[in-house]
Amino acid sequence: MSLKRKDLISIAPLSSDEIMFILETADSFKEVTGREIKKVPALRGKTVVNFFFEPSTRTRTSFELAAKRLSADVINFSPSSSSVVKGETLLDTARNIEAMQADIIVLRHQAAGAAETLARGVKSSVINAGDGWHEHPTQALLDLFTIREKGLAFKGLRVAIVGDIAHSRVARSNIYALTKLGAEVLAVGPPTMMPASLEKLGAQVHYNLDKALQGVDVIMMLRLQLERQGRALFPTIREYSNLYGLTAERLRLAAPGALVMHPGPINRGVEIAPDVADSFSSVILDQVSNGVAVRMGILYLLSGANQ
Amino acid sequence: MTLGRAELMIAQDKKQEKLIMDAHEVARALTRIAHEILERNKGITDLALVGIRTGGVHLAHRFAKRIQEIEQGQVPIGELDITLYRDDLALKKDQPVLKKTNIPFNISDLKVVLVDDVLFTGRTIRAAMDGLIDLGRPAEIQLAVLVDRGHRQLPIKATYIGKNIPTSRDENVQVFLEEEGEEDRVVILNGA
Repeated sequence: MSLKRKDLISIAPLSSDEIMFILETADSFKEVTGREIKKVPALRGKTVVNFFFEPSTRTRTSFELAAKRLSADVINFSPSSSSVVKGETLLDTARNIEAMQADIIVLRHQAAGAAETLARGVKSSVINAGDGWHEHPTQALLDLFTIREKGLAFKGLRVAIVGDIAHSRVARSNIYALTKLGAEVLAVGPPTMMPASLEKLGAQVHYNLDKALQGVDVIMMLRLQLERQGRALFPTIREYSNLYGLTAERLRLAAPGALVMHPGPINRGVEIAPDVADSFSSVILDQVSNGVAVRMGILYLLSGANQ
Repeated sequence: MTLGRAELMIAQDKKQEKLIMDAHEVARALTRIAHEILERNKGITDLALVGIRTGGVHLAHRFAKRIQEIEQGQVPIGELDITLYRDDLALKKDQPVLKKTNIPFNISDLKVVLVDDVLFTGRTIRAAMDGLIDLGRPAEIQLAVLVDRGHRQLPIKATYIGKNIPTSRDENVQVFLEEEGEEDRVVILNGA
Protein backbone atom coordinates (compact mmCIF):
# COMPACT_ATOMS: atom_id res chain seq x y z
CA MET A 1 0.00 0.00 0.00
CA SER A 2 1.13 3.53 -0.69
CA LEU A 3 -0.56 6.89 -0.90
CA LYS A 4 -0.35 7.71 -4.58
CA ARG A 5 -1.25 11.34 -4.24
CA LYS A 6 0.61 14.58 -4.74
CA ASP A 7 -1.56 16.56 -2.35
CA LEU A 8 -3.90 16.20 0.60
CA ILE A 9 -6.72 18.65 -0.06
CA SER A 10 -9.76 16.89 1.33
CA ILE A 11 -11.01 13.66 2.86
CA ALA A 12 -13.83 13.34 0.30
CA PRO A 13 -11.81 11.57 -2.45
CA LEU A 14 -9.88 9.25 -0.09
CA SER A 15 -10.78 5.57 0.17
CA SER A 16 -11.25 3.93 3.56
CA ASP A 17 -8.05 1.95 2.85
CA GLU A 18 -6.10 5.15 2.26
CA ILE A 19 -7.44 6.62 5.51
CA MET A 20 -6.46 3.52 7.49
CA PHE A 21 -3.04 3.50 5.80
CA ILE A 22 -2.42 7.08 6.94
CA LEU A 23 -3.45 6.16 10.51
CA GLU A 24 -1.17 3.10 10.51
CA THR A 25 1.72 5.19 9.21
CA ALA A 26 1.09 7.69 11.99
CA ASP A 27 1.47 4.87 14.56
CA SER A 28 5.18 4.71 13.74
CA PHE A 29 5.54 8.46 14.24
CA LYS A 30 3.65 8.33 17.53
CA GLU A 31 6.47 6.04 18.70
CA VAL A 32 9.02 8.61 17.49
CA THR A 33 7.28 11.46 19.38
CA GLY A 34 7.52 9.39 22.58
CA ARG A 35 11.31 9.11 22.39
CA GLU A 36 13.82 11.17 24.25
CA ILE A 37 15.31 12.30 20.94
CA LYS A 38 12.15 13.04 18.97
CA LYS A 39 13.72 13.30 15.57
CA VAL A 40 14.29 11.08 12.56
CA PRO A 41 16.24 11.93 9.39
CA ALA A 42 13.48 10.90 6.93
CA LEU A 43 12.89 14.35 5.35
CA ARG A 44 16.44 15.66 5.48
CA GLY A 45 16.97 18.21 2.72
CA LYS A 46 13.25 18.76 2.11
CA THR A 47 11.65 22.13 2.64
CA VAL A 48 8.19 22.60 4.12
CA VAL A 49 6.51 26.00 3.85
CA ASN A 50 3.73 26.92 6.24
CA PHE A 51 1.52 29.38 4.41
CA PHE A 52 -1.12 30.60 6.86
CA PHE A 53 -3.61 33.28 5.84
CA GLU A 54 -5.71 32.84 8.98
CA PRO A 55 -4.64 33.01 12.60
CA SER A 56 -3.68 29.61 13.98
CA THR A 57 -1.52 28.49 16.87
CA ARG A 58 -2.25 24.82 17.16
CA THR A 59 -2.24 23.76 13.52
CA ARG A 60 0.74 25.87 12.46
CA THR A 61 2.85 24.85 15.45
CA SER A 62 1.81 21.25 14.96
CA PHE A 63 2.88 21.25 11.30
CA GLU A 64 6.10 23.05 12.13
CA LEU A 65 6.95 20.57 14.86
CA ALA A 66 6.01 17.64 12.63
CA ALA A 67 8.27 18.87 9.83
CA LYS A 68 11.15 19.59 12.20
CA ARG A 69 10.90 16.16 13.82
CA LEU A 70 11.31 14.71 10.34
CA SER A 71 14.45 16.86 9.86
CA ALA A 72 12.86 19.02 7.13
CA ASP A 73 13.59 22.75 6.93
CA VAL A 74 10.56 24.88 7.75
CA ILE A 75 9.62 28.37 6.65
CA ASN A 76 6.58 30.18 8.04
CA PHE A 77 4.78 32.71 5.87
CA SER A 78 1.98 34.87 7.12
CA PRO A 79 0.24 37.40 4.88
CA SER A 80 0.82 40.39 7.16
CA SER A 81 4.59 39.98 6.87
CA SER A 82 4.74 38.93 3.21
CA SER A 83 4.23 40.59 -0.14
CA VAL A 84 0.60 39.43 -0.13
CA VAL A 85 -0.17 42.84 1.43
CA LYS A 86 1.38 44.43 -1.66
CA GLY A 87 -1.31 42.84 -3.80
CA GLU A 88 0.40 39.68 -5.01
CA THR A 89 -2.03 36.84 -5.76
CA LEU A 90 -1.99 33.57 -3.85
CA LEU A 91 -0.69 31.67 -6.85
CA ASP A 92 2.08 34.15 -7.63
CA THR A 93 3.30 34.12 -4.06
CA ALA A 94 3.19 30.34 -4.05
CA ARG A 95 5.10 30.10 -7.33
CA ASN A 96 7.80 32.26 -5.83
CA ILE A 97 7.98 30.00 -2.81
CA GLU A 98 8.13 27.04 -5.14
CA ALA A 99 10.96 28.66 -7.10
CA MET A 100 12.90 28.46 -3.84
CA GLN A 101 12.47 24.65 -4.04
CA ALA A 102 9.75 24.15 -1.48
CA ASP A 103 8.77 20.49 -1.53
CA ILE A 104 5.58 20.74 0.50
CA ILE A 105 3.32 23.76 1.02
CA VAL A 106 0.92 23.72 3.97
CA LEU A 107 -1.91 26.16 3.31
CA ARG A 108 -4.51 27.65 5.63
CA HIS A 109 -6.83 30.06 3.81
CA GLN A 110 -10.18 31.69 4.44
CA ALA A 111 -11.52 30.79 0.99
CA ALA A 112 -12.93 27.33 0.29
CA GLY A 113 -11.05 25.81 -2.64
CA ALA A 114 -7.84 27.80 -2.09
CA ALA A 115 -5.79 24.65 -1.47
CA GLU A 116 -7.19 22.97 -4.58
CA THR A 117 -6.38 26.03 -6.71
CA LEU A 118 -2.87 26.14 -5.32
CA ALA A 119 -2.32 22.41 -5.84
CA ARG A 120 -3.23 22.70 -9.51
CA GLY A 121 -0.88 25.62 -9.98
CA VAL A 122 2.31 24.34 -8.36
CA LYS A 123 4.46 21.22 -8.61
CA SER A 124 5.05 21.09 -4.85
CA SER A 125 2.79 18.92 -2.72
CA VAL A 126 0.03 20.90 -1.06
CA ILE A 127 -1.53 20.04 2.29
CA ASN A 128 -4.78 21.75 3.16
CA ALA A 129 -4.62 23.02 6.74
CA GLY A 130 -8.16 24.39 6.51
CA ASP A 131 -9.85 26.23 3.63
CA GLY A 132 -12.89 28.34 4.55
CA TRP A 133 -15.91 26.20 5.32
CA HIS A 134 -14.72 23.40 3.08
CA GLU A 135 -12.38 20.91 4.78
CA HIS A 136 -9.65 20.44 7.38
CA PRO A 137 -8.44 16.95 6.51
CA THR A 138 -5.52 16.68 8.95
CA GLN A 139 -7.83 17.54 11.87
CA ALA A 140 -10.23 14.74 10.90
CA LEU A 141 -7.33 12.31 10.56
CA LEU A 142 -5.94 13.15 13.99
CA ASP A 143 -9.45 12.83 15.46
CA LEU A 144 -9.74 9.37 13.91
CA PHE A 145 -6.26 8.46 15.13
CA THR A 146 -7.27 9.45 18.68
CA ILE A 147 -10.51 7.43 18.56
CA ARG A 148 -8.61 4.39 17.28
CA GLU A 149 -5.84 4.84 19.84
CA LYS A 150 -8.44 4.72 22.62
CA GLY A 151 -9.39 1.27 21.39
CA LEU A 152 -12.68 2.07 19.67
CA ALA A 153 -13.56 0.45 16.33
CA PHE A 154 -15.07 2.62 13.61
CA LYS A 155 -17.62 0.12 12.32
CA GLY A 156 -20.92 0.94 14.00
CA LEU A 157 -19.35 3.64 16.21
CA ARG A 158 -21.87 6.35 17.13
CA VAL A 159 -20.37 9.82 16.94
CA ALA A 160 -22.21 13.05 17.76
CA ILE A 161 -20.76 16.22 16.21
CA VAL A 162 -22.23 19.18 18.04
CA GLY A 163 -22.32 22.86 17.16
CA ASP A 164 -22.05 25.06 14.09
CA ILE A 165 -21.98 22.29 11.48
CA ALA A 166 -22.63 24.61 8.53
CA HIS A 167 -19.55 26.75 9.07
CA SER A 168 -17.25 23.99 10.25
CA ARG A 169 -14.59 22.49 8.00
CA VAL A 170 -13.70 20.19 10.89
CA ALA A 171 -17.24 18.78 10.92
CA ARG A 172 -17.28 18.29 7.15
CA SER A 173 -13.96 16.42 7.05
CA ASN A 174 -14.98 14.28 10.01
CA ILE A 175 -18.35 13.39 8.51
CA TYR A 176 -16.62 12.23 5.32
CA ALA A 177 -13.96 10.27 7.17
CA LEU A 178 -16.19 8.64 9.80
CA THR A 179 -18.91 7.57 7.38
CA LYS A 180 -16.33 6.09 5.00
CA LEU A 181 -15.10 3.90 7.86
CA GLY A 182 -18.59 2.75 8.76
CA ALA A 183 -19.33 4.97 11.76
CA GLU A 184 -22.73 6.50 12.37
CA VAL A 185 -22.56 10.30 12.52
CA LEU A 186 -25.15 12.43 14.29
CA ALA A 187 -24.89 16.12 13.45
CA VAL A 188 -26.38 18.20 16.26
CA GLY A 189 -26.99 21.94 16.32
CA PRO A 190 -29.55 24.70 15.87
CA PRO A 191 -31.30 24.80 12.46
CA THR A 192 -29.52 28.06 11.59
CA MET A 193 -26.20 26.24 11.83
CA MET A 194 -27.22 23.12 9.93
CA PRO A 195 -26.30 22.98 6.24
CA ALA A 196 -28.87 21.91 3.66
CA SER A 197 -28.94 18.24 2.59
CA LEU A 198 -26.47 17.05 5.19
CA GLU A 199 -28.12 13.61 4.98
CA LYS A 200 -26.56 13.23 1.53
CA LEU A 201 -23.19 12.98 3.26
CA GLY A 202 -24.57 10.12 5.34
CA ALA A 203 -25.09 12.01 8.61
CA GLN A 204 -28.28 12.16 10.67
CA VAL A 205 -29.50 15.62 11.63
CA HIS A 206 -30.58 16.33 15.21
CA TYR A 207 -31.71 19.58 16.82
CA ASN A 208 -32.06 18.28 20.37
CA LEU A 209 -28.75 17.56 22.08
CA ASP A 210 -30.16 15.48 24.96
CA LYS A 211 -31.90 13.12 22.54
CA ALA A 212 -28.92 12.87 20.23
CA LEU A 213 -26.44 12.05 22.99
CA GLN A 214 -28.27 8.88 24.11
CA GLY A 215 -25.72 6.08 23.95
CA VAL A 216 -23.16 7.79 21.70
CA ASP A 217 -19.54 6.59 21.90
CA VAL A 218 -17.84 9.84 20.92
CA ILE A 219 -18.91 13.46 21.36
CA MET A 220 -17.12 15.99 19.18
CA MET A 221 -17.82 19.51 20.29
CA LEU A 222 -17.21 22.28 17.78
CA ARG A 223 -15.99 25.70 18.79
CA LEU A 224 -18.74 28.31 18.81
CA GLN A 225 -17.30 30.89 16.50
CA LEU A 226 -18.01 33.91 18.62
CA GLU A 227 -16.91 36.15 15.78
CA ARG A 228 -20.08 35.11 13.98
CA GLN A 229 -22.30 36.29 16.78
CA GLY A 230 -23.43 39.39 14.90
CA ARG A 231 -24.99 37.26 12.15
CA ALA A 232 -28.13 36.31 14.10
CA LEU A 233 -27.43 32.59 13.94
CA PHE A 234 -28.33 32.35 17.63
CA PRO A 235 -29.98 34.87 19.97
CA THR A 236 -27.49 34.88 22.84
CA ILE A 237 -24.41 32.92 23.85
CA ARG A 238 -26.23 31.98 27.03
CA GLU A 239 -29.13 30.43 25.18
CA TYR A 240 -26.78 28.55 22.87
CA SER A 241 -24.83 27.29 25.84
CA ASN A 242 -28.01 26.11 27.58
CA LEU A 243 -29.22 24.22 24.52
CA TYR A 244 -25.99 22.94 23.02
CA GLY A 245 -23.31 23.17 25.70
CA LEU A 246 -21.84 19.90 26.94
CA THR A 247 -22.25 19.60 30.70
CA ALA A 248 -21.33 16.77 33.05
CA GLU A 249 -25.04 15.96 33.34
CA ARG A 250 -25.42 15.65 29.56
CA LEU A 251 -22.24 13.59 29.30
CA ARG A 252 -23.94 10.93 31.44
CA LEU A 253 -26.48 10.39 28.63
CA ALA A 254 -23.71 9.04 26.39
CA ALA A 255 -22.41 5.47 26.48
CA PRO A 256 -20.18 4.64 29.48
CA GLY A 257 -16.58 5.58 28.69
CA ALA A 258 -17.63 7.90 25.85
CA LEU A 259 -14.87 10.18 24.56
CA VAL A 260 -15.19 13.96 24.57
CA MET A 261 -13.30 15.66 21.75
CA HIS A 262 -12.81 19.26 20.67
CA PRO A 263 -10.61 20.64 17.87
CA GLY A 264 -9.75 23.70 19.99
CA PRO A 265 -9.49 26.43 20.91
CA ILE A 266 -12.20 25.77 23.50
CA ASN A 267 -14.60 28.37 24.85
CA ARG A 268 -14.89 27.19 28.45
CA GLY A 269 -18.43 27.54 29.73
CA VAL A 270 -19.86 28.10 26.24
CA GLU A 271 -19.87 24.91 24.18
CA ILE A 272 -18.15 22.85 26.87
CA ALA A 273 -18.30 23.07 30.67
CA PRO A 274 -14.88 23.40 32.33
CA ASP A 275 -15.34 20.24 34.41
CA VAL A 276 -16.11 18.26 31.24
CA ALA A 277 -13.13 19.69 29.36
CA ASP A 278 -10.86 18.63 32.23
CA SER A 279 -12.56 15.28 32.93
CA PHE A 280 -11.20 11.79 32.33
CA SER A 281 -13.55 11.50 29.35
CA SER A 282 -11.83 14.40 27.64
CA VAL A 283 -9.19 13.48 25.07
CA ILE A 284 -8.70 17.06 23.90
CA LEU A 285 -5.00 17.15 24.76
CA ASP A 286 -4.45 13.68 23.27
CA GLN A 287 -5.82 15.15 20.06
CA VAL A 288 -3.15 17.84 20.16
CA SER A 289 -0.32 15.34 20.83
CA ASN A 290 -1.58 12.99 18.14
CA GLY A 291 -1.80 15.91 15.70
CA VAL A 292 1.99 16.03 15.47
CA ALA A 293 2.30 12.27 14.81
CA VAL A 294 -0.47 12.28 12.19
CA ARG A 295 1.03 15.30 10.40
CA MET A 296 4.45 13.62 10.43
CA GLY A 297 2.81 10.65 8.76
CA ILE A 298 1.19 12.81 6.09
CA LEU A 299 4.38 14.78 5.41
CA TYR A 300 6.29 11.50 5.12
CA LEU A 301 3.78 9.92 2.73
CA LEU A 302 3.65 12.99 0.47
CA SER A 303 7.41 13.49 0.40
CA GLY A 304 8.29 10.89 -2.25
CA ALA A 305 10.63 11.89 -5.06
CA ASN A 306 9.81 13.35 -8.50
CA GLN A 307 6.57 15.02 -7.67
CA MET B 1 16.56 -5.52 2.16
CA THR B 2 15.01 -8.60 0.66
CA LEU B 3 12.19 -8.94 -1.84
CA GLY B 4 8.56 -8.42 -0.85
CA ARG B 5 6.31 -11.44 -0.65
CA ALA B 6 4.34 -10.70 -3.83
CA GLU B 7 7.47 -9.99 -5.84
CA LEU B 8 8.88 -13.21 -4.55
CA MET B 9 5.93 -15.33 -5.64
CA ILE B 10 6.41 -14.05 -9.16
CA ALA B 11 10.16 -14.51 -8.86
CA GLN B 12 9.74 -18.10 -7.69
CA ASP B 13 7.62 -19.00 -10.66
CA LYS B 14 10.18 -17.79 -13.14
CA LYS B 15 13.45 -18.49 -11.41
CA GLN B 16 15.38 -21.48 -10.25
CA GLU B 17 15.61 -21.95 -6.48
CA LYS B 18 18.89 -23.36 -5.15
CA LEU B 19 18.91 -24.66 -1.57
CA ILE B 20 21.82 -23.33 0.51
CA MET B 21 20.76 -24.23 4.05
CA ASP B 22 17.96 -26.57 5.10
CA ALA B 23 16.03 -26.44 8.39
CA HIS B 24 18.65 -28.48 10.28
CA GLU B 25 21.52 -26.33 9.08
CA VAL B 26 19.62 -23.16 10.00
CA ALA B 27 18.93 -24.56 13.47
CA ARG B 28 22.57 -25.54 14.02
CA ALA B 29 23.84 -22.16 12.84
CA LEU B 30 21.46 -20.36 15.22
CA THR B 31 22.51 -22.54 18.14
CA ARG B 32 26.19 -21.94 17.40
CA ILE B 33 25.66 -18.16 17.16
CA ALA B 34 23.75 -18.20 20.46
CA HIS B 35 26.76 -19.85 22.09
CA GLU B 36 29.14 -17.40 20.44
CA ILE B 37 27.09 -14.44 21.70
CA LEU B 38 27.28 -15.82 25.25
CA GLU B 39 30.96 -16.62 24.96
CA ARG B 40 31.94 -13.21 23.64
CA ASN B 41 29.78 -11.32 26.15
CA LYS B 42 30.58 -13.66 29.06
CA GLY B 43 26.92 -14.40 29.80
CA ILE B 44 23.80 -12.30 29.56
CA THR B 45 24.61 -9.38 31.84
CA ASP B 46 23.77 -6.09 30.08
CA LEU B 47 22.97 -7.98 26.89
CA ALA B 48 20.05 -7.08 24.59
CA LEU B 49 18.86 -8.38 21.22
CA VAL B 50 17.39 -6.01 18.62
CA GLY B 51 15.92 -7.54 15.47
CA ILE B 52 15.66 -5.60 12.24
CA ARG B 53 12.17 -5.93 10.81
CA THR B 54 10.95 -8.37 9.65
CA GLY B 55 13.27 -11.39 9.36
CA GLY B 56 15.68 -10.16 12.00
CA VAL B 57 12.91 -9.93 14.59
CA HIS B 58 12.07 -13.62 14.20
CA LEU B 59 15.73 -14.57 14.46
CA ALA B 60 16.18 -12.37 17.57
CA HIS B 61 13.38 -14.31 19.26
CA ARG B 62 15.03 -17.59 18.32
CA PHE B 63 18.36 -16.45 19.75
CA ALA B 64 16.61 -15.36 22.94
CA LYS B 65 14.98 -18.78 23.27
CA ARG B 66 18.30 -20.60 22.82
CA ILE B 67 20.07 -18.26 25.23
CA GLN B 68 17.33 -18.91 27.77
CA GLU B 69 17.87 -22.66 27.41
CA ILE B 70 21.62 -22.33 27.82
CA GLU B 71 21.83 -19.72 30.59
CA GLN B 72 18.36 -19.87 32.22
CA GLY B 73 18.02 -16.10 31.89
CA GLN B 74 15.94 -13.67 29.86
CA VAL B 75 17.49 -11.25 27.39
CA PRO B 76 15.38 -8.21 26.44
CA ILE B 77 14.27 -8.15 22.79
CA GLY B 78 13.53 -5.09 20.69
CA GLU B 79 12.17 -4.61 17.17
CA LEU B 80 13.68 -1.97 14.93
CA ASP B 81 12.17 -0.50 11.76
CA ILE B 82 14.94 1.22 9.82
CA THR B 83 12.80 2.80 7.09
CA LEU B 84 13.07 6.38 8.36
CA TYR B 85 16.86 6.06 8.36
CA ARG B 86 17.25 4.69 4.83
CA ASP B 87 19.64 6.59 2.57
CA ASP B 88 17.41 6.18 -0.49
CA LEU B 89 14.19 7.75 0.85
CA ALA B 90 14.64 10.92 -1.18
CA LEU B 91 15.01 8.80 -4.33
CA LYS B 92 11.81 6.84 -3.91
CA LYS B 93 8.59 7.90 -5.55
CA ASP B 94 6.34 5.97 -3.19
CA GLN B 95 7.45 6.01 0.38
CA PRO B 96 7.99 2.55 1.89
CA VAL B 97 5.42 1.26 4.36
CA LEU B 98 6.47 1.83 7.97
CA LYS B 99 6.40 -0.80 10.66
CA LYS B 100 6.69 0.36 14.21
CA THR B 101 9.94 0.36 16.12
CA ASN B 102 9.33 -1.27 19.48
CA ILE B 103 12.24 -1.27 21.89
CA PRO B 104 10.62 -1.28 25.35
CA PHE B 105 13.83 -0.82 27.34
CA ASN B 106 16.60 1.75 27.57
CA ILE B 107 19.50 0.62 25.38
CA SER B 108 22.01 2.98 26.98
CA ASP B 109 25.05 1.13 28.37
CA LEU B 110 23.77 -2.23 27.08
CA LYS B 111 25.64 -4.52 24.73
CA VAL B 112 23.17 -4.58 21.86
CA VAL B 113 23.26 -7.41 19.34
CA LEU B 114 21.60 -6.30 16.10
CA VAL B 115 20.03 -9.23 14.31
CA ASP B 116 19.25 -9.49 10.59
CA ASP B 117 18.68 -12.34 8.19
CA VAL B 118 20.93 -11.38 5.27
CA LEU B 119 23.95 -9.08 5.26
CA PHE B 120 24.43 -7.64 1.76
CA THR B 121 25.39 -4.03 0.95
CA GLY B 122 25.58 -3.00 4.60
CA ARG B 123 23.23 -0.06 4.06
CA THR B 124 20.48 -1.54 6.23
CA ILE B 125 22.97 -2.01 9.07
CA ARG B 126 24.21 1.59 8.72
CA ALA B 127 20.58 2.76 8.99
CA ALA B 128 19.97 0.44 11.94
CA MET B 129 23.00 1.75 13.83
CA ASP B 130 21.85 5.35 13.30
CA GLY B 131 18.35 4.36 14.43
CA LEU B 132 19.69 2.67 17.55
CA ILE B 133 21.93 5.56 18.53
CA ASP B 134 18.93 7.93 18.35
CA LEU B 135 17.37 5.80 21.10
CA GLY B 136 20.32 5.92 23.47
CA ARG B 137 24.03 5.22 23.75
CA PRO B 138 24.70 1.49 23.81
CA ALA B 139 27.96 0.33 25.36
CA GLU B 140 28.55 -1.75 22.25
CA ILE B 141 26.73 -2.72 19.05
CA GLN B 142 27.37 -6.18 17.64
CA LEU B 143 25.84 -7.73 14.53
CA ALA B 144 24.48 -11.25 14.10
CA VAL B 145 23.32 -12.43 10.66
CA LEU B 146 22.19 -15.78 9.38
CA VAL B 147 23.78 -15.25 5.97
CA ASP B 148 26.58 -13.02 4.71
CA ARG B 149 26.38 -12.85 0.93
CA GLY B 150 29.13 -10.27 0.33
CA HIS B 151 28.98 -7.24 -2.00
CA ARG B 152 29.43 -4.69 0.77
CA GLN B 153 29.07 -1.01 -0.19
CA LEU B 154 29.99 0.25 3.28
CA PRO B 155 32.78 -0.72 5.67
CA ILE B 156 30.59 -2.98 7.80
CA LYS B 157 31.38 -6.42 9.17
CA ALA B 158 29.23 -8.92 11.08
CA THR B 159 30.26 -10.11 14.54
CA TYR B 160 28.45 -13.46 14.18
CA ILE B 161 27.73 -15.17 10.86
CA GLY B 162 25.61 -18.27 10.24
CA LYS B 163 27.04 -18.94 6.81
CA ASN B 164 29.09 -17.11 4.20
CA ILE B 165 27.56 -17.51 0.76
CA PRO B 166 29.48 -16.33 -2.30
CA THR B 167 26.94 -14.83 -4.69
CA SER B 168 26.82 -12.74 -7.82
CA ARG B 169 25.11 -9.36 -7.57
CA ASP B 170 22.05 -10.28 -9.60
CA GLU B 171 21.22 -13.33 -7.49
CA ASN B 172 18.69 -13.04 -4.70
CA VAL B 173 19.35 -14.69 -1.38
CA GLN B 174 16.13 -15.42 0.44
CA VAL B 175 15.66 -16.62 4.00
CA PHE B 176 12.40 -18.41 4.70
CA LEU B 177 11.29 -18.86 8.29
CA GLU B 178 8.59 -20.82 10.08
CA GLU B 179 7.20 -17.62 11.61
CA GLU B 180 6.16 -16.58 8.10
CA GLY B 181 4.50 -19.90 7.41
CA GLU B 182 7.44 -21.42 5.51
CA GLU B 183 9.84 -24.24 6.18
CA ASP B 184 13.13 -22.87 7.56
CA ARG B 185 15.62 -22.60 4.71
CA VAL B 186 17.99 -20.34 2.82
CA VAL B 187 17.89 -20.33 -0.97
CA ILE B 188 19.45 -18.51 -3.87
CA LEU B 189 17.08 -17.37 -6.57
CA ASN B 190 19.04 -17.10 -9.79
CA GLY B 191 18.83 -13.91 -11.76
CA ALA B 192 17.43 -13.82 -15.29
